[in-house]
Amino acid sequence: MKLAISIAGQTIDSPFDARFGRAESFCLVDSDTGAWTVHANPALSASGGAGVQAAQFVAKLGAQAVVSGAYGPKAYDTLSAGNIQRFLAPGNEARSGADILAAFRAGQLTEADGTTHGGHHGG
Amino acid sequence: MKQLVILSGKGGTGKTSVTAAFAHLASQGPLADRILLADADVDAANLELVLQPRRLDTQPFRGGQVAVINEDTCVHCGDCESVCRFDAIIETDGRWTIDPIACDGCAACVYQCPTDSIAMQEQTVGECARSDSRYGPLHHAHLSPGQENSGKLVTQVRQRARQQALDEQRQVVIVDGPPGIGCPVIAAVSGADLALLVTEPTVSGIHDLRRALQTVQHFGVPALVCINKADVYPAGAREIEADCAAQGIPTVGRIPFDLTVASAMVAGEAVTLYRPDAPASLALSALWARVLPFLLEAPA
Amino acid sequence: MMQIVIASGKGGTGKTTVATSLAQVAAERGAVRFLDCDVEAPNAALFLHPVLETHRDVGIRVPRVDAQACTYCGKCAEVCQFHAIAVVGKKVLVFDDLCHGCGSCTWHCPEQAISEHLAVTGVIDSGTTPEGIAFAQGVMNVGQTMGVPILRELKQWTPATGDAPPSTSLRASGALEIRDAPPGASCPVVETMRGADFALLVTEPTPFGLHDLKQVAAIAHDLGIPAGVVINRDGIGDAAVGTWCADRGLPILLRIPMERRIAEAIASGQTLVDAVPDYRVGFQELLERIVAGVNP
Ligand code: SF4
Ligand code: SF4
Ligand code: SF4
Ligand code: SF4
Repeated sequence: MKLAISIAGQTIDSPFDARFGRAESFCLVDSDTGAWTVHANPALSASGGAGVQAAQFVAKLGAQAVVSGAYGPKAYDTLSAGNIQRFLAPGNEARSGADILAAFRAGQLTEADGTTHGGHHGG
Repeated sequence: MKQLVILSGKGGTGKTSVTAAFAHLASQGPLADRILLADADVDAANLELVLQPRRLDTQPFRGGQVAVINEDTCVHCGDCESVCRFDAIIETDGRWTIDPIACDGCAACVYQCPTDSIAMQEQTVGECARSDSRYGPLHHAHLSPGQENSGKLVTQVRQRARQQALDEQRQVVIVDGPPGIGCPVIAAVSGADLALLVTEPTVSGIHDLRRALQTVQHFGVPALVCINKADVYPAGAREIEADCAAQGIPTVGRIPFDLTVASAMVAGEAVTLYRPDAPASLALSALWARVLPFLLEAPA
Repeated sequence: MMQIVIASGKGGTGKTTVATSLAQVAAERGAVRFLDCDVEAPNAALFLHPVLETHRDVGIRVPRVDAQACTYCGKCAEVCQFHAIAVVGKKVLVFDDLCHGCGSCTWHCPEQAISEHLAVTGVIDSGTTPEGIAFAQGVMNVGQTMGVPILRELKQWTPATGDAPPSTSLRASGALEIRDAPPGASCPVVETMRGADFALLVTEPTPFGLHDLKQVAAIAHDLGIPAGVVINRDGIGDAAVGTWCADRGLPILLRIPMERRIAEAIASGQTLVDAVPDYRVGFQELLERIVAGVNP
């Protein structure tokens, strides 16, 4: 499965970034083979609607699931419209994209069942 | 970590004086060194006038974009003006210019221009700062006059405050919120653990309090009410208390009209420090003692 | 028609107090139209008691996509600067609260699959006060974020013929428009001030009042609007506002002292000139000075 993990950095060993819309980048990894690529998040500088933009971006990358710390309501809706699964990982532990991948493979991540924060950014 | 946001609906009800007093009182008790302050009233950032902060770090705040016409390639066709719904494109003597204040940043004109003469430019519209203050770390911001996107700036201030509070395991974040019920208020209130609404017993105060309470409830944040200058119009104060009681919202304090509050402001101090025995100071101390348990027990 | 904006920067300085009293004395000399532009917290009606007969929903024009015609090409999402419209797979999502109603998506949709619908964000109430002031207020709905579109509509408001007092015409040269601005110094304040002939800045003589006065004075200056200052609750605080105004050449047109009886009367919903008729003369002179200053 193609997984997009929000990270702060350039490689799969970069730290996990708990924010979705405002994550620095996304690590796109094939959970079967472990092959990965990193893509800068174009929504980082958005003045509004960052979650929507990031959700469309990972959809275009072909992700089938995402892992982040929290999803705003609009990002959540956009991801679910694209049939992309949304997994949650706690943001207050220091860990890397690779750790997240391991947790995903071990079935330790829970699926978000709704929006996890207000995510209001003004407009 | 718990976040208390202080709001008012109507401006000028004494929100910032209450915030400053809370900051002072919290720094005296068991929460000393465990609080953090944020000024989310970025249009009128007054908390720093009382807290005398020392700036540690200032970052530019980039707001939305505005359209700019390249004079060299513009052929003065006026197509851009016809698509702008914000009256930002103005023709004078056959030349078209864009008023950056009116421009909404929608880029409709960019796509319309036949000669690709319009580009969007990002604007620096304010700054976001982190300081040390006499009562604890302060996150504050300043929006340049006339700019939009104060909701985004408020979000940024709150995120930075929250992050530092988590990193340093600070127990309480006190947020001085903006007036009104719009974008910046929503940004200040969403995700807070408790809102304290400071109102005045005036016809305007009562009217605006109702709208502010609806807004806070809309975002699922528990609310408390405190009445400032409660003795100026006792009938109004009773109306507020009855209103709140009917909605199950506790009225947790009444602060008397006291000119010491203005003197303290001039002296640049929290009134509870400036004259601890002034009537307003005594009421504020009692208020803080009532608010704190609500905050610490607020469901996470 | 001459347009005067009453603004303050800091909230609660007595902006509405000044605006409503000024409107009352102005109504004695000619036609007046009053616009309450504080769409988040409109209060002037509590003092002027207009009979609000007309209510009109206002908002922004948001896109709606015809699923039959849409090919999911993604063009709309690409041109939208606010990410208010998203195309993922075979779905188009519109987020009304992010939309600015700019129309870009509508114009660029190659299939003409987009039509526009009014998303109501507030209402404009209008009517006439007992003095014959033509009155309108914008009221933003709770939970909405964008007040400016309501403001733009409000500024366009003209009383229906039935509303205006028959003997006077708002088009007459002596007619006056008074706009009560929102607090603060951001976008909605600019929108309220834009196009006005004079900005009356109400402040209180405290460090907070001065700090916020500077912000709003900067907007008037940038817009090229002449301005003057009213100091309310004179006597509390310090003299720094007066000194700053003198340095800037900003005239102080009126001082209203801190008096408990004024505070009490206003708290109960009276206007200043109704509660303390001694102030009538002060407001008449204030108005004359503004009018004379603008039309020398
Ligand atoms: S970007 Fe939009 S608002 Fe700004 S000038 Fe162009 S069309 Fe008008
Ligand atoms: S559409 Fe382009 S070329 Fe035409 S007036 Fe506007 S900027 Fe100039
Ligand atoms: S531009 Fe028109 S056709 Fe293309 S995705 Fe948007 S609505 Fe559908
Ligand atoms: S009208 Fe403008 S802001 Fe609204 S969805 Fe279309 S392009 Fe985006």
